[in-house]
Amino acid sequence: MQIGRFRVPMMASLLIWALLWEIVGRLGLTILLPPLSAIAGRMAEIVPTPTFLAAAWITLQAFLAGNLIAIALGVPLGVLMGRSVIADRMLLPWVNLFLSAPLTALVPVIMILFGYGQTTIILTVVMFALWIIVLDARAGVRNIAPSLIEMARVYGATPLQAFLKIHLLAALPEILAGIRLGAIRAVKGVIIGQLLVSIVGFGRLFELYSSNFLMEHFWALILVLFAVAFALAEGLGYLERRVEYYAAARH
Amino acid sequence: MTPASHASQAAPAAPPPRPIVQVERIGKVYPGGVEALSDLSLDFPEGQLTTLLGPSGCGKTTLLKIIAGLIEPTRGQVLVDGQPVSGPGPERAFVFQDFALLPWASVLRNVAFGLELRGLAKGEREAIAEQQIQEVGLKGFEQHFPHQLSGGMRQRVGLARALAVDAKVLLMDEPFSAVDEQTRRKFQEDLLALVAHQKKTFLFVTHSIEEAVYVSDRIVLLSRRPSQVTRIIEPAVPRGGDPDAIRRHASYLDTVETIWRGLKHYVD
Ligand SMILES: Nc1ncnc2c1ncn2[C@@H]1O[C@H](COP(=O)(O)OP(=O)(O)OP(=O)(O)O)[C@@H](O)[C@H]1O
Ligand SMILES: [Mg+2]
Repeated sequence: MQIGRFRVPMMASLLIWALLWEIVGRLGLTILLPPLSAIAGRMAEIVPTPTFLAAAWITLQAFLAGNLIAIALGVPLGVLMGRSVIADRMLLPWVNLFLSAPLTALVPVIMILFGYGQTTIILTVVMFALWIIVLDARAGVRNIAPSLIEMARVYGATPLQAFLKIHLLAALPEILAGIRLGAIRAVKGVIIGQLLVSIVGFGRLFELYSSNFLMEHFWALILVLFAVAFALAEGLGYLERRVEYYAAARH
Repeated sequence: MTPASHASQAAPAAPPPRPIVQVERIGKVYPGGVEALSDLSLDFPEGQLTTLLGPSGCGKTTLLKIIAGLIEPTRGQVLVDGQPVSGPGPERAFVFQDFALLPWASVLRNVAFGLELRGLAKGEREAIAEQQIQEVGLKGFEQHFPHQLSGGMRQRVGLARALAVDAKVLLMDEPFSAVDEQTRRKFQEDLLALVAHQKKTFLFVTHSIEEAVYVSDRIVLLSRRPSQVTRIIEPAVPRGGDPDAIRRHASYLDTVETIWRGLKHYVD
């Protein structure tokens, strides 16, 4: 059974966990876990405040700017690696290294180079999102049916025509998957960047709430961010599925 | 498609057509040392359908791609219309086994794609494409996408694309192997009609002896890798008339039998 896009069992299990949280919160076992209803009330209270909206706005800016830079760099780089063996040999080890590296450890280095501000946060976002975009664009180009490339050659495509009319479009499913995964990583990047810089956006709010033991505020903020990140991932996944028939028709 | 015109074409007295594709002492060794072709020479007469038939892996696709200019031969050269081949060219078109259609483009755009790459204006190329879509029997499907079509219809799109660029030579690598048997037979008849009233040369690869005998003017039998021509057969099968009658005709059955005996020892 289906209500909207959500299957009922998933909603039901969510409800059970929410109920459990409420009960544990009301038992007053720990100050760290207020009841869910109180958090929900606090959420409704703080979300419309100018402080929250300003934090959301600056976070959104860093998130979008970082993603755009990562896409603009990552897609051409990935396509290049997918097409050129030499470029692939030169770059693949680095891409793989950065993909699995604990990138959080590098944020302080960016901080030293670019200061405690928005630039550092944007670069953190780029660093989190970039590598998966590169790898997926590369995989997409490598997955293109050889006959499609041969078709372009037989019918006289120039290298530029082949890139624009074949490679980019044929690799689109993987490129979009990379952008989606990059955006999910970028959410981590923007929050980690803000937490470490801690004077910008939600980082500043987290700092404020946790140092003053405002646990309801703290949880409200976390739930908002989780919900936004989840909605973002689902939304991008939906967009991606809409172009999936490309992939099916390629092999 | 009258039987009479075909009979006169097939008559031995007619002057032999000039070879439009000449394969001269071609050798191909793939990186890694697989010798696919060795010193192979072969002429393809203009306006005819010549089929390459041989055991799997003997180098038929390799030869077709060398003629298309997609693969460089290790030795020898290919002449098309007297000119040595150094890459793909507008006088040759290719029909792919897996259709090689753009999944994101309509039938119309797919058929016009060769002309689009040549820089023809949109109106002009779509007019030509519409004509070819009609020619292959897909009228009404111009705005459909490949995933909305059956395998047989997709291959018609691939065929229309090859016809739209008006190449002299059509290279077809097992074009019907991905479609079901009924569709395949319909295709074979349509192909015969195409050969009859388009002044084009068809180079055809198939695994099916029956198909080869049914559609070919000439059948080139190739040996196992490294491939060489073992025999050239010109089936004297009557054309036109009832397809089922043709498939029961003595000369059709004899030719199938002859080729089968010629190829049988490769199976063992
Ligand atoms: N790119 C390649 N690299 C190395 N070897 C290859 C390559 N392409 C083909 N070969 C080898 O060359 C030989 C001829 O291959 P080819 O595809 O031309 O045969 P074919 O006659 O078309 O076979 P089939 O009937 O199965 O389609 C085979 O042994 C194959 O393994
Ligand atoms: Mg083959």
